[in-house]
Amino acid sequence: MKAAAMNAPETLIDTTLTLNGEAITRRIPVRQNLVDFLREEMGLTGTHIGCEHGVCGACTVRVDGNIVRGCLMLAVQAEGRTVETIEGLSDSGEIADLQDAFHKRNALQCGFCTPGMLLTVQDLAQKNPRATREQIREHISGNYCRCTGYQAIVDAVETVLAARQIKV
Amino acid sequence: MKAPPFAYVRARSLADALDLLERHNHDGEGAKILAGGQSLMPALNMRLSSPAVLIDISRLQEQAGICVKDGHVHIGALTTHAAIGNSAAIRQHLPLLADAVEHIAHPAIRNAGTFGGSLATADPAAEWPACCVALDAQIVLAGKAGTRTVAARDFFQGLYATAMQPNEIITEVVIPIPAAGTRHAFLELARRRGDYAMVGVAALATFSGGAPRDVRLTFLGAGDKPLSATKTAQVFVNKGISESSLKEAQDTLATELDPAADLYSTAATKLHLARVLTARIMKQLVA
Repeated sequence: MKAAAMNAPETLIDTTLTLNGEAITRRIPVRQNLVDFLREEMGLTGTHIGCEHGVCGACTVRVDGNIVRGCLMLAVQAEGRTVETIEGLSDSGEIADLQDAFHKRNALQCGFCTPGMLLTVQDLAQKNPRATREQIREHISGNYCRCTGYQAIVDAVETVLAARQIKV
Repeated sequence: MKAPPFAYVRARSLADALDLLERHNHDGEGAKILAGGQSLMPALNMRLSSPAVLIDISRLQEQAGICVKDGHVHIGALTTHAAIGNSAAIRQHLPLLADAVEHIAHPAIRNAGTFGGSLATADPAAEWPACCVALDAQIVLAGKAGTRTVAARDFFQGLYATAMQPNEIITEVVIPIPAAGTRHAFLELARRRGDYAMVGVAALATFSGGAPRDVRLTFLGAGDKPLSATKTAQVFVNKGISESSLKEAQDTLATELDPAADLYSTAATKLHLARVLTARIMKQLVA
């Protein structure tokens, strides 16, 4: 790396995005990843940051309706996009039943993985509402939980998928 | 960790991206193309890579999409893994890719990572490079002087090394639709679901009257690039699929593959796993 690059002032780009339903514009350093922007600039600390190389899933957010890794996307790449975080999904009530089931089934202990886990299982519920336990496990395979051993998480998700089927 | 500092430019068109690439590489700055970012961003965050400039091509939507034309499937370089997995055309014409996609990382990564990005990265344990070699794919490269096409088997040259020039960008991949009746299978062994493969294999075969005619076995994670085990495949063409030919093929494989040890497996383990997969995939093809 050239010394000049190291010492150059960080470039900022005006970026407009829709965040949890609200249009915002911020001047964002190009090097900042989406999850750091959400946590540090927007104060949305529900999205966690773990490994910073796409392995742990703690930073999972929804961009234009699809879940992605918040640590593997630059915040400036959110220009014109719709970003939703655990705060947005919580406030809208979209995943209230999942949150309730996670609570009742002891599907979290320390809670570090939980926001990313909830976004990932909501994605599964939308794409494959009749998922089997095996398919639930496959879908959450990119979200590490170091507390529960996953069994309780799979139980909670299975319960909610079944309950949503009855409601439909 | 956080990425080292870099400048960032969003390309407005392919021509713009090629201009930017040439200008920044000419200045000796070291530019990198940012597509889906699912390999580049981890490399930046771990500071394994420190380009001066990132040229973001992720908005060039004309480079994304799948179409079928004249017996070939055209896959735009920016087509995501998820889009390939969800494509009816892929399921119909290139089911090998539809099967392989399930082994690529995890849903959130498949939503962002791109087909062209995987090929340009050329990780020897990645799924798409091996599939492209197995399927005789043609990789279309754009440069300022025009486009050229490189066969997948010539494109991959070694560990993260390809036939691409520094000022070129992959625009699409053209894959001939295999003859009717071609069977396919994809198997992979990984320590955890979604991890890079310890060893994997993409297989294509045609049969006549139950006997294999054309067999193609292309391994991933068994060398520094995708490797087609042609002599091993030929054993099945010559002798059919039986317990004795499986044994002979496994022995032949040991002469064709020479995997290097990695952090988790010795060379002997990798070769053993490749032999196991050979028997498994042939039984699956014939079933």
